[in-house]
Amino acid sequence: MIEVLDGGLSTTVQDNGRYGQYHIGVPPSGAMDQFAHSVANYLVGNDEEHATLEMTYKGCEVRFEEDTVIALAGAEMAATLDGEAIPMWEAVAVDAGDELALQFATAGARTYLAVAGGIDVEPVMDSRSTYALIGIGGHEGRALEEGDVLAVGEPAANADAFVGTRVPAEDIPTYDDDDANIRIVIGLCDYRLTEESKERLTTEEWKVAADADRVGYRLTGPELEFVEREQPFGAGTDPTNVVDLGYPVGSIQIPQQPIVVMRDAVTGGGYATVATVISADRGKLSQRRTHQSVYFTNVSVDDALAAREEQEAVLADIKAAVTPS
Amino acid sequence: MKETISAPMPGVFYRRSDPDTPAFVEEGDNVSAGDVVCLVGVMKNFYEVTAESDGTVSKILVDNESEIEAGDPLMEIEVE
Repeated sequence: MIEVLDGGLSTTVQDNGRYGQYHIGVPPSGAMDQFAHSVANYLVGNDEEHATLEMTYKGCEVRFEEDTVIALAGAEMAATLDGEAIPMWEAVAVDAGDELALQFATAGARTYLAVAGGIDVEPVMDSRSTYALIGIGGHEGRALEEGDVLAVGEPAANADAFVGTRVPAEDIPTYDDDDANIRIVIGLCDYRLTEESKERLTTEEWKVAADADRVGYRLTGPELEFVEREQPFGAGTDPTNVVDLGYPVGSIQIPQQPIVVMRDAVTGGGYATVATVISADRGKLSQRRTHQSVYFTNVSVDDALAAREEQEAVLADIKAAVTPS
Repeated sequence: MKETISAPMPGVFYRRSDPDTPAFVEEGDNVSAGDVVCLVGVMKNFYEVTAESDGTVSKILVDNESEIEAGDPLMEIEVE
């Protein structure tokens, strides 16, 4: 069992996502940065389907009731276990009664805490992920609060052997302020933007708005213009509207300024989705902090699939590197 | 002794809990350790920033509802 002493700013139980329900309006949820979530899990002998705690901007404080193995990955947060500083990206042994405390993130926005055996809340539609907008999954469908108690699943038989293993230095992301490049694939409704605005989308600077969250990453930047037309039957009257369609996860809609549809977003609607952030870069986007810059680069679907395979290969390498033989 | 309260994270600086209530503190007010002096809004969450020591608010360094970065100085407290 884990007792929550302080929930931080917004800490939720997340796994690799809730799939197969998009058509009935249920988005995937799950860890915003699947890379960091997966690595944290691998370090404690879990796989990516195990649930971790996603902490945003500020870490939580918890007490472990049993001996276990934990790992932290993602945004840089200073961490202490029973008062002693512990490293991130490394498997750490925990004694029963130890208290873990995390500070504010100093680079990146989201940090993942994995526990050997995973956070064991009741799955909803085959996922332990929290979807707080409608209050399902995770712990009571909401962010964690002081006094919450979380069960932990059965750890891998060799979990103790992971203690001290760490992620190879070259595989640890830096969350640099300057590394602002996010790849997109243009479409489905890019025909609604003027040629100049399409150009502007991929050349000008965008900034993460203060209210960017798990639902949508709001960005601020130059005005974009839509092609004038007589709106078709079924579409709203605003030029940003199209006849309702399913929103790709990661797609960019422009009600006024762009919103990137993230893992807790509504699954369809009537805004023109002009481009989609590729899956390999969505975690990186979710680590961009409020007021930081984002630049979009246009790539092909083949490039996007290659980037996804490349990221999966890196994850497989990390899993092999941290798993004791 | 002067103590500076800094922003713990990036976001928007709020001096009051909603537009119709008075500010948490004004320059010249006395505060006790633990008193809420302002909010930082990010991701539609509002984090309460508290005074670390007893003292007097000597200077408010940021305008209400302006954008702030982690580490930005927000207020100065003259500690008794």
